[in-house]
Formats: sequence, structure tokens, C-alpha cells
Amino acid sequence: MIDESGDHLVIDDHKLTSRLIIGTGGAANLSVLERALVASGTELTTVAMRRADTEGGSGVLDLLRRLGIRILPNTAGCRSAAEALLTAQLAREALGTDLVKLEVHADDRTLLPDPMETLDAAEQLVADGFTVLAYTNDDPVLALRLEEAGCAAVMPLGAPIGTGLGIRNPHNIELIVSRASVPIILDAGIGTASDAALAMELGCDAVLLSTAVTRAQDPERMAYAMRSAVTAGLLARQAGRIPQRFWAHASSPPR
Amino acid sequence: MEVQVNGDDREFPDGSTVADVLDALGTARQGVAVALDGQVVRRASWAEVVVPDGARLEILTAVQGG
Repeated sequence: MIDESGDHLVIDDHKLTSRLIIGTGGAANLSVLERALVASGTELTTVAMRRADTEGGSGVLDLLRRLGIRILPNTAGCRSAAEALLTAQLAREALGTDLVKLEVHADDRTLLPDPMETLDAAEQLVADGFTVLAYTNDDPVLALRLEEAGCAAVMPLGAPIGTGLGIRNPHNIELIVSRASVPIILDAGIGTASDAALAMELGCDAVLLSTAVTRAQDPERMAYAMRSAVTAGLLARQAGRIPQRFWAHASSPPR
Repeated sequence: MEVQVNGDDREFPDGSTVADVLDALGTARQGVAVALDGQVVRRASWAEVVVPDGARLEILTAVQGG
């Protein structure tokens, strides 16, 4: 009998049963988003901070609160540590959470994380009492530095945001996982369910994705596919895969 | 006095507090945060902190984002 009930993702003092974190960006409307979130089984979901119009919020907060999903504000759009720090402080004030997904982008074309600014921001945010989940490159050295800076989770990319290119350097992800003592969450680049399963098979603790679900032709169905893939990948990792071989190895007895 | 709110120049009565400005704009209070010249103004201080002439006020809220 396989028992998954004792299996949790623990980020600082946050305990989550689901290992799939969903970003809310890209959904056509709130009702599509709601169906996708429910199908994904997610317990933690990102939002971005933007200038309020005169009506105030966009409705996404009400939706997340109604569904009982914890909110993970991000610092998307920030180009420097200083901007990320202010955005995180505003998010904490607006949303009443110490959780922050730190992301500092180097440029608009690649949206790749700026390593120097990200590390600088991580140190300042940790000192200011935040629980920092740091979006980073698939760089094993930087991942370790972010952990040493006090990040509660390190989130290497599989490929640039929104590309759907999957995990471009699986070996680097394995290296990151092998030395980490905080959760490693594969963030960005996921295109389809097999990418999410691979992330878990490589040893990641969770997967964060948004575009792959919100811009899929059927977001609800893709959300359920991702949920299934994360579960399958985790079980396969725990089960221990067979070694890969060059030559065939008979599975039936010789006659 | 003139205050830049989310990038737009606006007129408010002299001595307006952060709370007065939010009221004048009709901004919802739930789920928003305010920075005055790059510093967060805690919600508990909105009614006391006076916005100086020429200040930059940023009012942020959560939106859909990855």
C-alpha cells in the first residue's frame, strides 16, 4: 500500500501537501483561473504587485482567499535589489505575509535573473525578516550562495520564463539538488507535464509554473496534468529508477 | 499642493494625510500598500502621516502575475 499522506513540502514554517505552486499570470479571466487552480490542487500561488487603479484590487486576492490558497507575492518587474526590497515591503504591508518570491530580472528579452542583484536583495530581505524564495539561474554555485544567505527555498529555472523549453540543463538541476539543504523548486520553463515530472525525478522538492497552464488550450485539464505529473515524478524519484544501459537486458527468462 | 500619485500629478488640500489622499482618490483600502518617496507607510500610520508638497506617492495592489 502506497501512503502519500505523510509527505509534505516544508518551506520555513509553511507546511504544504501540494508540491505544485501556480502563478496566476496569463489566465484569460478569473473563472478560467479558478478552475485551473482547483484542478491543480495548489496550496500556494503567486501574485504580482502593481499600481492600483481607483477601484483597487483586481479580484485575484478575493479568489485566492475564497479558495483558501496561500498567497506568494513576487517582485517581478524589479531590476535592482533596492526595487525588489521596496516591492517586497509593500507586498508584506498589503497582503500581510512574510513570504516573497524574489525575482530580479536583468532585461526584458530574456527575463533571466540578475545574479548580483538577486543575491544582494536576498541578503537584505532575510535581514528584514522575510521568508525568501529566490528565483535564480540553474547555477549550482549561486544556488548555494542563496541558501547561505538565508533563503528558505531556492528556485532555479528550467528555461527562461514563458518559453516552455523545459529543463535545458538537467545535470545542473541535479547538482543543485544534491548539495541543497533547503527545498529546491523548479521555476520557469515548464512547457508540458513531462517537464514537471522530470523536475521531480531529478530530485526537486516542488515545481512552480504558470504560463504552461494559464496559456494552454485547456488550462483546467493542463493543471490536472501538472498535478499528476508532479505526483508521478515524486513517486518515481522515491521508488528509485533503474540504471540506464547501452545494451538490451532481457526481462524474460532465457528458454 | 501637488502630489505625484502613481506617476500622475494630482492636486490635494495642504496638510492632507495619506488616508485623506486615498479617500479623495476613492482607492479601496483592502489589499493595498503605500510608499511615500520610496518608503513604506504602514497602514496604522495612514491617518497621521502628512503628505508633503511635491511628494511621490505609490499605491500598489496585488494583480495576476507569475
